[in-house]
Amino acid sequence: MKKGVYICHCGSNIAGTVDVEEVSKWADDLEDVAISRDYKFMCSSLGQELIEKDIEEYGLDRVVVASCSPHMHESTFRGACQRAGLNPYFMEMANIREHCSWVHKDKEAGTEKSKALVAAALSRVGHHEPLVIQYAPVDKNTLVVGGGIAGIQAALEIANSGYHVYLVEREPSIGGHMSQLDKTFPTLDCSACILTPRMFEAGNHENITLLTYSEVENVDGYIGNFEVRIRKRARAIDEEACTGCGLCEEKCPISVVDDVFEAGLGYRKAVYRPFPQAVPKYPVIDRENCTWYQKGKCRLCEKVCPTDAIDFEQEDEILEVKVGNIIVATGYDAFDARRIPQYGYGRYPNVFTGLEFERMTNAAGPTTGKVVLRDGVNVPESVAIIHCVGSRDKKYNEYCSAVCCMYSLKFAHMVHDKLPDAKVYNFYIDIRTPAKGYEEFYHRLLEEGTIFIRGRAASISDVALTVEEEGKLIVTAEDTLIGEQRRIPVDMAILSTGLEARHDSQEVARTFSISIDKNGFFRERHPKLDPVATMTGGVFIAGAAQGPRDIPSSVAQGAAAAARVLSIIDKGEVEMEAATAEVNDLTCVGCRMCVISCPYEAIDYLEDRQKAEVNRALCKGCGTCVAACPSKSITLHHFTDQELMAQMTGAMNALFEIDGVLMPA
Amino acid sequence: MKYAWYPGCSAEGNSFAYDETSRMIAEALGIEFQEIDDWNCCGATEYFSVNQLPAYALVARNLALINAEETPQVIAPCSACYINLKKTDEKMAKYEQLNTEVNVALAAGNLSYEPGAVKSRHFLDVVCNDVGYEAVKEKMTQSLAGLTLVPYYGCYMGRPEDNFDHPERPQTMDTLLKTLGADVPDYSLKTICCGGHMTQLSAEASLRILRHLLEGANQLNADAMVVGCPMCQLNLDAYQKDVNSAYKTNYQIPIVYFSQVMGLAFGMDPETLMFERGIVSSKAMLEKWLTAEPASKKRRRREKRDKNALPMPKQLES
Repeated sequence: MKKGVYICHCGSNIAGTVDVEEVSKWADDLEDVAISRDYKFMCSSLGQELIEKDIEEYGLDRVVVASCSPHMHESTFRGACQRAGLNPYFMEMANIREHCSWVHKDKEAGTEKSKALVAAALSRVGHHEPLVIQYAPVDKNTLVVGGGIAGIQAALEIANSGYHVYLVEREPSIGGHMSQLDKTFPTLDCSACILTPRMFEAGNHENITLLTYSEVENVDGYIGNFEVRIRKRARAIDEEACTGCGLCEEKCPISVVDDVFEAGLGYRKAVYRPFPQAVPKYPVIDRENCTWYQKGKCRLCEKVCPTDAIDFEQEDEILEVKVGNIIVATGYDAFDARRIPQYGYGRYPNVFTGLEFERMTNAAGPTTGKVVLRDGVNVPESVAIIHCVGSRDKKYNEYCSAVCCMYSLKFAHMVHDKLPDAKVYNFYIDIRTPAKGYEEFYHRLLEEGTIFIRGRAASISDVALTVEEEGKLIVTAEDTLIGEQRRIPVDMAILSTGLEARHDSQEVARTFSISIDKNGFFRERHPKLDPVATMTGGVFIAGAAQGPRDIPSSVAQGAAAAARVLSIIDKGEVEMEAATAEVNDLTCVGCRMCVISCPYEAIDYLEDRQKAEVNRALCKGCGTCVAACPSKSITLHHFTDQELMAQMTGAMNALFEIDGVLMPA
Repeated sequence: MKYAWYPGCSAEGNSFAYDETSRMIAEALGIEFQEIDDWNCCGATEYFSVNQLPAYALVARNLALINAEETPQVIAPCSACYINLKKTDEKMAKYEQLNTEVNVALAAGNLSYEPGAVKSRHFLDVVCNDVGYEAVKEKMTQSLAGLTLVPYYGCYMGRPEDNFDHPERPQTMDTLLKTLGADVPDYSLKTICCGGHMTQLSAEASLRILRHLLEGANQLNADAMVVGCPMCQLNLDAYQKDVNSAYKTNYQIPIVYFSQVMGLAFGMDPETLMFERGIVSSKAMLEKWLTAEPASKKRRRREKRDKNALPMPKQLES
C-alpha cells in the first residue's frame, strides 16, 4: 500500500497550536507512507492539486488529510482523489482543528495528539473498501408547506421556472401573518396592497396546485423521490359550484371571536372567509361553531346559497403526491402575552398585543382603522408601547425577536398619524434597527415626538397613587438613562410580543425528518453558509420557521430555497449515500429489531425469506441498526468494525510510542 | 399527616395569633405538628448579608434537630423562616464546601445535617396542596360569603423560582379563599414586597410601599387583607396609621392570617381566633360577616355584548 499524508496549517488556525512540520516529518517514517507533506491551506486549489499530482507521481492508493472537520471539507478532498482516478472513499480525514488545535493551548501536547489522530486515520484508511456512488432521478414536482409570504415567494419562483408546485396551507386562505398587517416598516406601504397580487398569482398559477385548509400528514422517501400524504380538510363547500359571493357568510347567524386572523380583536361567522381578499375565494364552515354540526339545526346558508354549493356531507380528502423536493415555510406563533401576568393582558381591557394593534390600525379590521380603547368608542390620549415582551428574557425566550423594535416604531408612527394629540411612550431595552432604512425610520420617530424611555417595563397596574393616575394604566419602569423609577400613566398599553416557533414545530420537524434548535425553530444545515438547507437532503426551510425574521428577509429566504430546489431539478439526478448498511443474509435470523430501530424506515422485512433487507436508496448510514442487531448481521459500509478497530489501534499505538512504550503486538 | 413544626420567633410575639390559629386549623384538618425541640431563630433576612457561614449554620441547626425519619418535612408558618430553611437545605446540597463547614459548626453541638433529609414547606402550601381544597371544603361549616378578602402573598411564596406558586401571579390563597366562599378580587399587587425591615432604615421608602399596597386593596373594597407571613402582617397592620398620617389617607383595613379566616369558616368561635391582636380593628369585618345575608341563589344573567366593544382576550388557565 502507498499512503500519502497531508497536514494542513489552516493559516495559524492549526499551526498556531500544532507543530505541523513536526507531525509531517514524523508521519513520513510510518509504515506504508510514501509521501508526507504540510501545506498552508490544503483546501485551496493548489493544495488539492498537490494531492492529485502525488497520486499520479507516487501511485498513491490511500490518502490521509489532517485538517478540519470532515463536515467542512470531506467532499473537497474526495473530489481531489476522484479527479486523479482514486476511489473517493480511499481518503480519510484526521480532524486536528476542531478536535485539537481549537480546543488546546499547549503546543507540545497538541502536536502529540495530532500525531495520534494522523496515525489513527492512516491505520483506518488501509481497511477502506472502494464504494460506488449511485444516482437517483429527481421528481420535478415540489411541495411547499406554508402559504405565508416566504412560501408564496418560493412557490412562485419555482412555478415561474416551469415546474409544478403543491402549495399546502393549514388555514382557509394563504397570506400568513403578512395579510394581517396594515403597514410594513420602514416604507409604510400597505401590506395588503403589495401582498394580494402575489396571493392572487399563486392562487391562479397554472403550475401551482393550491391546497388550503390542508395539512401534510406523512412524508416517505428521500431527496428526489418523496411520497407525501396530504389531508385536505372538508370545507363543506363545493368548490366547483361556489362563486365566492359571500351570501352564506352574510346570513349565517353565528358570530364567534376570530382568534386567528383578527387576533381575537374581532368576530367572524361560522361560515367564513378570513378576509375579503382571501385566496382561494371559497369560505369554510367551522364545524365547532356551526349550529348544524353541533345541534342539527339551521342550514340557513344552504337555503340562501344561489348555486347550491353548501355540502354538509363533504368529507376530508386524502391526497398522495410525489415530489422531488420540499420547502417548509410554516412561519411563527406570536408570544402569548398572558404568560407575563404583571403586564395584565387579559385582565386590563386596555392592554393590547402587537397583533391586536395591527388589526386595529388596519382599515379592513374590526375598528375600520380607528385607534380606540377596548370599549370601541373612546380614544386614548396616551399610549405606551412595551418592547421585548417575551423576548430577550431568559424566563421566556432568550433571543431577540428581530422585528419588534421596528414594528413598535411603526405603531408609534401610526398613533401619531391617527391621533396627533396623543402622547406616545416607547419602553425599550435597546433600539435595534439593523437593516436598510431602519435607523432612518427611528430618527423620523424621534422627530415626530415619540417619548423613548430606556428601561424594560416592570409592570402595568391600575392602582392609582395620584390624581393624574386615576382611571389610567400605570406603566412602571426603571429609566436607566436618568437612574430613576418612573410611573407613567397611560390610557392604552401595547405589548410588542415576540416571535416564537410554532407550537407544533417539533411534530412538523418529525414529519419532514428535520431537526429543531433549542427554541423550537427549524435547524439549518449551516448557520452562515447554508441557511435554507437542512441536514435532510431535499428538504429546505424558509422564513420565520427558521428563526425570527422580517418580510424582506423571509422573501429572500423563500427565493433562496426555491433556487436550491431548481438547481436539483435541473441537474436531474441526485447522488445517493454510498456508506450504507447491508444485512448478511447467512446470519440474519429475521428478528426485525433493525426494522423497528431504523429512523428512516429504510429496512424492509422480506416475509418469504424471513430476512431483513436494507433499501440503500433510503439508508442514511446512521448505524442504529448495526447497534440494534443481536446477531451482528449488519455491516455499515465505511464504518465497519474492522475500520473502527484499526482506527483505535492506530491511535493507541502512536500514543504508546510517543510515551516511549511500544504497545505489545 | 405528621410534620415537624418550626414556629419561628415572631410566633412568640407579634404573630402569636398566627401560630395559635394554625395549630387549631391543623388539628381540624388532621395535621399533626411535632414542634422542633429547642429551635432557634432563623436569622431573618439580614443575617445572610452579614456573615454567611454562621447564618447558614444557625438555620441548619433547626434542620439538624429534626428527626428526619419520623418527620421528613418541616412546616414554617412564616415566609422568611420557610425560605431560609429551604435555601439552607438547597445550598448545602449544591455546595460541598458549605456543607462541610456548616457540619463542622454543627458538630460543636453534637449535631449534623445531611442536605435533602428534611423538606421545608410553607404552611399555606401544606394546607392547599397536601390537605387540598376538597378536604378544606368538607370541614367548612360556614361560608365567608359577603366578605371581600384580598389575598396578599409577599415575596417568598412564589420566589425564587421553583417555589410552590407562580412568582408573579400566585393563586394558592386565592383558590383557598374562594373555596371558603369569600369574594376574592384579582389583586394586582399581591407579590409586591411589603418592604421587610425597611421600616427601620427609611420610613419614607417603606411607607410609600405600604401605601401602594393598601391603596390597591382599598380600591378593591377589601374588608381585610389576608396574609401568610408575620412580616407582611406587621408592616401592613402596625404602620397603617403612619401611612394614613403621612399620606392623608384613611385606610382601616384589617390584616389577618389565612388561618384566622379559615377558623371562621370552620365554625370556630371568633373570640378564640384572636382577631383583636391586630392593631387595625377587625370588628367591622366580623360584623359584616355575621350580618351578611345568606348567598342568594339568583342566577347570574349573561351579560349582553356591548355592540361597540372589542372582545376581551380570554384569561390563561393556570
